[in-house]
Amino acid sequence: MQLEFEIKGMDFARAGEAAAKIKKALQMVGMEVETIRKTLVVAYEAELNVVIHAYAGTLTAKISPDAVEIKVMDEGPGIADIELAMQEGYSTAPSNIREMGFGAGMGLPNIERCSDQMELTSEVNQGTLLTAIIFNRTSGEK
Amino acid sequence: MISIKLHQVNELLEAEVITGEELLDLTVNYGFGCDLISDSLSFSRPDCLLLTGLTNIQIIRVAEMVEAKAIVFVRGKKPGTEIIEMSRQKKIPLMSTKRFLFESCGILYQHGLRSY
Repeated sequence: MQLEFEIKGMDFARAGEAAAKIKKALQMVGMEVETIRKTLVVAYEAELNVVIHAYAGTLTAKISPDAVEIKVMDEGPGIADIELAMQEGYSTAPSNIREMGFGAGMGLPNIERCSDQMELTSEVNQGTLLTAIIFNRTSGEK
Repeated sequence: MISIKLHQVNELLEAEVITGEELLDLTVNYGFGCDLISDSLSFSRPDCLLLTGLTNIQIIRVAEMVEAKAIVFVRGKKPGTEIIEMSRQKKIPLMSTKRFLFESCGILYQHGLRSY
């Protein structure tokens, strides 16, 4: 099964809808509770990254009995230093975003922690591509 | 595990019910206090009571996704009408207390509610 969602930058009213729909789909096909929880963290954080930092993006969820693959492609400023962006606590979010409870610099680290495989590539002033795979199993966070 | 009914939470925190008065007979199994969206999503668990100072729409989405039972807004914070309406539709009771986050968690802990 494949689900696809369009995400708009700064659309906080709808942000999180994709993640919520993916969760429902995973529950319907009977994935493990822990798989659903980890996928939810990955999908929500990735979706919000597009809303906060990019202009537009697409989130695709590929669901198979063994794993969930979340792929997020965006058009935006890109990430100049991926290693720095992966550090816990590092954030480029402005203060108005931080006031909403975001921008603590935990998005990408949370995605990495909840993924079994993760790949992040980015081109400055072009966009970012994130691919994360979560295996369907009963436990295990990194 | 000690469960607490929502109306008990309401009394203990001298809170005001914003929406979901009819759902106060529900019980919560855990408490989770947090002012960060990412941490609320990562660390709270189903059937918990979420205590937070965040009043934007994303906290309701997170509460729905993690299957939190109810939200208590601390420090006297109150959400806007759009958020109240969304919570009503999703059947997530909302309360507001003037107490701080630390104090609110402390009172509930004293009465047996624990973290996950």
